[in-house]
Parts: sequence; structure tokens; C-alpha cells
Amino acid sequence: MERTTYYDPKDLKKFGDISKWDAELGKAFFDYYGKVFAEGALTEREKSLIALAVAHAIQCPYCIDAYTQDTMAKGCDEEQMMEAIHVAAAIRGGASLVHGTQMMNKFKDLTM
Amino acid sequence: MSSKKSLHALHHKLADNDYQLKVLETHEISTVDFERFDDKLKSIGLFPLKPTNTEIFQVNVGYMCNQTCAHCHVDAGPDRKEIMTRETMQQCLDALAKTNIPTVDLTGGAPEMNPDFRWFVEEITKLGRKTMVRCNLTIIMANKKYHDLPQFFAEHKIEVVSSLPFYNKSRTDAQRGDGVFEDSIKALQMLNEVGYGKPGSGLILNLVYNPSGAFLPGSQASLEAQFKKELKRLYQIDFNSLFCITNMPISRFLEYLIDSGNYEEYMQKLVEAFNPIAAQNVMCRNTVSIGWDGNIYDCDFNQMLGLKVNHGAPNHISNWDLELLNNREIVLNQHCFGCTAGSGSSCGGSVA
Repeated sequence: MERTTYYDPKDLKKFGDISKWDAELGKAFFDYYGKVFAEGALTEREKSLIALAVAHAIQCPYCIDAYTQDTMAKGCDEEQMMEAIHVAAAIRGGASLVHGTQMMNKFKDLTM
Repeated sequence: MSSKKSLHALHHKLADNDYQLKVLETHEISTVDFERFDDKLKSIGLFPLKPTNTEIFQVNVGYMCNQTCAHCHVDAGPDRKEIMTRETMQQCLDALAKTNIPTVDLTGGAPEMNPDFRWFVEEITKLGRKTMVRCNLTIIMANKKYHDLPQFFAEHKIEVVSSLPFYNKSRTDAQRGDGVFEDSIKALQMLNEVGYGKPGSGLILNLVYNPSGAFLPGSQASLEAQFKKELKRLYQIDFNSLFCITNMPISRFLEYLIDSGNYEEYMQKLVEAFNPIAAQNVMCRNTVSIGWDGNIYDCDFNQMLGLKVNHGAPNHISNWDLELLNNREIVLNQHCFGCTAGSGSSCGGSVA
């Protein structure tokens, strides 16, 4: 079957399949993943919101799909979800802008 | 409160039980061959599913309601006229008196709209049984004649179980109708005023959360902590426990799933999230459900699909026989996946 897009929502369900070609590393990753998202010093809900924000920062469609559902299931509302994305946007935007200091330094180096 | 019509009044095809079962069992809507629920139980040695012991006598006193919620498995609303008569209530009391079943769970519609509701509660109290009422909250505000319900509930030490899909207006009103959130908050404050949900009062106020959309509920403990924190912070409301209930793919929620294109994915989620521990603890194993007309069902969901108790057990309150009922085989269909997904779901929330 010819693929017409790089991303297919159905592929998200096949995430576990990555273990088929390397069971040891696959298992290690999913064990780690499970532990990361378990309730700890941060709640599962807080971790899910962080994941939602990171998903937008890295612009991963699978992660956005998964963590939109997960944050909803964990009782986050629209305002909280959008605020989390603004945190990601602020850090991304800030990361560009803070490099403006490098530009300014270089500019100053090169000018009288 | 709501001007929306029920599927029943609209003569919608999903108001027909046979059509709903066709959707659940065949390729009517989805081409996916979902695993069969009875096969799933066979795979864990739980088929046929039998009762453990009957502890809850659930009575649906009528489908009339002041609300027309978008997810309602009863398809309740102001236009529903099916209502339990005092004669059928008396048959329920006679049946109950022959047993030691400790709890009566009153549901509807809005059970308080049945004109014999208060009489029925008084008679249940005389039998020394605990009453739970599934109160939609807004009924307390709907009419002056209902304003004293909190005092009536308190007088009879009724456990109040009330739906509140979320602690904000947008998600609550989207599911339950415009203005529901505001009236629900006022009603909760009135219940708190007479002692409900307050430590040491002995008056239990539990809330029910069910997702306002095609997703499964998260952890009950985590959602309860969040609801408690936010309802206290925003509205000074106290309550005892939060029950998380999964939306059943029947009636109006089924209509929503089909219309929004979510049916296949939602069923897939329910099937994939099958939890054997939840299956062992499903509520139909300790509950019988009596319909407004006296028919007996394994649960309120089977009631709405017209699936009466079967396999030789008496299926009308006039032929009540607890021993036969305790030995019945529970009637199953694909919607049962709704009670076994994730942490499980029952009228008392998670079961695993």
C-alpha cells in the first residue's frame, strides 16, 4: 500500500512494536518510560501536563495525540492544557530570543 | 432546564433496543471485529458470570428528568412519562422485606420527580435499609417544592450520589445542559448547609465524574483529590468521595459516538483496556436492577437495552425469588466492556 503521508495516527498504537527488532533495549525503554510517568514527587497529572508541553515543543504528532487524551483523562481542563503549551512556546521563543545576546555580542565585537 | 428532546420522543433509531444491539454486535457502524465480551470472560475463566451475593437493590423509579444530558444511558428527559406506580413500589418493598439486602439505590430519571418518591423512602427506612439516591442536583433548584429535599434526605440519612462531570462550567454544561453547573453548585452548597459531606455528620455526599467526551476516566484517587481541592477553593464545597464512571456505549452516548465519528476508536479503547480484576468485581454480581414497570435486570444498562434477567431467574418483581436470582447467569453483551475497562466502572465508581 502506498503511503501518502509520513504520519499515520494508527502507527501510535504500534509504538510497542519497536521492541520487535531490539527486545532488550525496547524493554529497557518501556520500563523506564513507565517509571518516569508513575506518581512520585510530581503527580501523574503534573507529569502528563509536562509531557503535553514537551510534545508541542518537539512537535511530535503522536505525542500530542497521546498526551491530549492523557491530560483529559487525568482531569485537566482546557485552560490548563493551553497554559502548558504556552509554557512550551515561551521557552521555545525565549530560547531564540536569548540568543539575541550572542548576536549583540558579535555585533559589538565587529563595530567601533 | 432543558428543551432538548429524548431519542424516544424523536423516534430516533437508537431509541430502539434491537437497533442498539445491532450496532454493538454487528458491522452496522464499524467494520472492526471487536473481541466478544463473553469470549473475553471465557479466557479468564469467568464465564458464565454469576452473582457473588446481592447487596444492592437498585430501583429505577422512572425515566422522567428535568435534564436531557448528552451522555445519558437512560435517555431520560422531561418528555419521558414512564414512571413507577405506588403498587409496584409496594411489590419492591414486599420483596425487600423477605431479604437481608442492606442497601436500596434509587435512580431515574430524576427519582425525586416520582410523586411517591418520599413515601417510598419512608417505607424503605421503616424496613431498616439504607437508601442511596442518585440526585442530579439541579432538581433541588428546579421548583420550590423540591427546595427542602436536602432536609428530607438528611432526615432519612439518605446517601446522596450526584453527577458533576467537572468543576467548571464549560465541561459540565456541555454534557448536562446550559445552566446546570450554576444550579449544581447552589444545590451542593445547600446540601453542605444541612451537614452533607461534612466530617462527623454521618451524612454522605458522593460525587460522580464521567468524562465529557470519548475518553476514559483517569485515576479515581487523583481526580478526587483535584475535585476536593478545586471545589473547596472556588465554592467552599465539601464532599466525601468521587466515583469515576466510564460512559457506556449505549443510548445517547452511543448517538454521540456515532455522530462524532468516535464509535470505533472508543470501542477499541474499551476492549483494549479490559481488566480481569475489574471483571471480577463488576457491579452486576452484587446488584439487581428493578425497572419502573417491575421488570428485573442485571444492571441499569441492561435495563435500558431491554435485556431482562435470564436463564430461569424470575424477571418481574411479582415473582421475586432471591435464591434463584443469586444463582442466575448474568446477561452479557458488548457494552459490558464499559464496566471492565481500566480501573473498572460501577455505580460506586472504580472497582479495581
